[in-house]
Amino acid sequence: MNFKHKYVFLFPGLFVLIGILIFPIIFTIRLSLSGWNSYTPEMNFIGITNYIRLFTDDPRFWESFFRLSFLSVTTVILQYIIGFALALIVWREIKFKRFFRVIFLIPMMTTPVIMTVIWRTFFHESLGPVNDLLGNLGVKPILWLSDPVIAKFTVIIVEVWQWTPFMFLLLLAGLLSLPKEPFLAAAIDGASPFRKFVYVTFPLMAPISIGAIIIRLIEASKIMDTVFVLTSGGPGTATETSSFYIYIKGLREFQMGYAATLSFTYLVIMIISLTIIAKVLTKLMIKE
Amino acid sequence: MEKLYKFLKYTFIILWTVFIVAPFLWAISTSFKDFQSVNSKVTYIPWLDFEPTLEGWRVLVKSPARGGVDIVEPYFNSLFVTCTASLISIVLGTLAAYALSRFTFKAGFVRNNDITFFFISQRIMPPIVLSIPFFIFLSTIGLLDSLIGLVVVYIVLLMPIAVWIMVDFFNRVPKELDETALIDGCNPYQAFYKVVLPNSIPGLIVAGMFCIIFGWIDFFFAFILTFTEVQLLPVKVVALNSSITPWWSLSASALISVAPLIIVAFVVERYLSKGNLSGALK
Repeated sequence: MNFKHKYVFLFPGLFVLIGILIFPIIFTIRLSLSGWNSYTPEMNFIGITNYIRLFTDDPRFWESFFRLSFLSVTTVILQYIIGFALALIVWREIKFKRFFRVIFLIPMMTTPVIMTVIWRTFFHESLGPVNDLLGNLGVKPILWLSDPVIAKFTVIIVEVWQWTPFMFLLLLAGLLSLPKEPFLAAAIDGASPFRKFVYVTFPLMAPISIGAIIIRLIEASKIMDTVFVLTSGGPGTATETSSFYIYIKGLREFQMGYAATLSFTYLVIMIISLTIIAKVLTKLMIKE
Repeated sequence: MEKLYKFLKYTFIILWTVFIVAPFLWAISTSFKDFQSVNSKVTYIPWLDFEPTLEGWRVLVKSPARGGVDIVEPYFNSLFVTCTASLISIVLGTLAAYALSRFTFKAGFVRNNDITFFFISQRIMPPIVLSIPFFIFLSTIGLLDSLIGLVVVYIVLLMPIAVWIMVDFFNRVPKELDETALIDGCNPYQAFYKVVLPNSIPGLIVAGMFCIIFGWIDFFFAFILTFTEVQLLPVKVVALNSSITPWWSLSASALISVAPLIIVAFVVERYLSKGNLSGALK
């Protein structure tokens, strides 16, 4: 086909995207080498001072990063297990199949921050229904939002509620596109449902599973909205994630230069770790 | 064994359904409460536990000057930003996806897959990383706190989704389709517009739905890049949450904000059941 037409198709999108992104990225790198803060709001040059501060004198950032890793990995594993189970159940004929499918999809259509506003009243420690119902069963009030350990699990519950549907959707769409022949063969061999799952369904679903897990990990690594409304990173810093910490440094304390350093480092770590995870998962799940 | 499996299966999906529906039921119930029934003890069922009032819902239609909550303008702002950004992303994304699916590109070590990956990898970008430079950039050119500024930012959020779905979709549309059109005397643009595009409507709908979902539910950019002139729906509801808005009007405004996209769940399900989605989503 004619040589130049292909560029007409590709370039508008590519250049719009690059055009929007190139400035912020270069600007972030330059900003990270400056001491821009509310006292000296200017683009001076202070070398790698910010980076030295980050790597030697900022345990709070690294704590928030490990907290984020814990939260996102836990939520994604839970979402994958629950989402796969739900998808397997409504893949086959069951009663009210279409009703359940719609219900299982609904949370991902709702705005996370707005639902979190509701969750906050839901988990309210004295006026919320959870503690009230548990109280009727004789359980002491649980400090859903003000205990450092429990608050993490509250965030996980809300995230699982919000995003399991996405995992469910990707996996169900995958299940519905599988070829029929391997299942027929397994049925003829008289394989039990369990063996069928282990030897037929799961291997066939491996590529789709990897795709879904990676997409969800990417999205989960940005957990921020839920935390922002539910706990504001608290109590103390118990639920503070990297994004939230950068937000505090940059847009509340106006240490723009240092926040840019954090952002750039965070971005690089994100790209490297997600690439490694993608490679490892592919190796583990697809056995040639 | 069979019976036990069936029992477990239904127990599991019924429990999960209860978990999904619970916050909605709670919010619906709360939106009809008054001061007494929220603050004295926890109440659930209207008429039985408390006397329902429409106060929470009435606040939504009152003018702000008379103690109402202005949610209409944020509604239309959200709608405008989401639709405009989705439309631009879909048009540009579909063109790029078509190019990436049909032609070979080579520039140094860069191949088609690398370009596709570049598009999709923009989703990795944490919003916070972009928001600080965008904050300074938009304030320099005077687009901070404006709808246009938000549309520009949202294109970065949405175009990767459009490209991701459409590349996979075009890979499934047989190449013979456009080749026949070319032999029949169409130029590449006519072949794309008259033959490929009409055959890609399921993919376009799926991509469109995803763009609308992810545009509509975004909070962070809207929160950082707008203040008073322009407010989007999520920001408005969160602002209500941090002021002393009572629970009943908070619940009512939250419910009305999440309601429109729930229709999308029905559309997605329809596509799933007809088998159109499995091709477009993988």
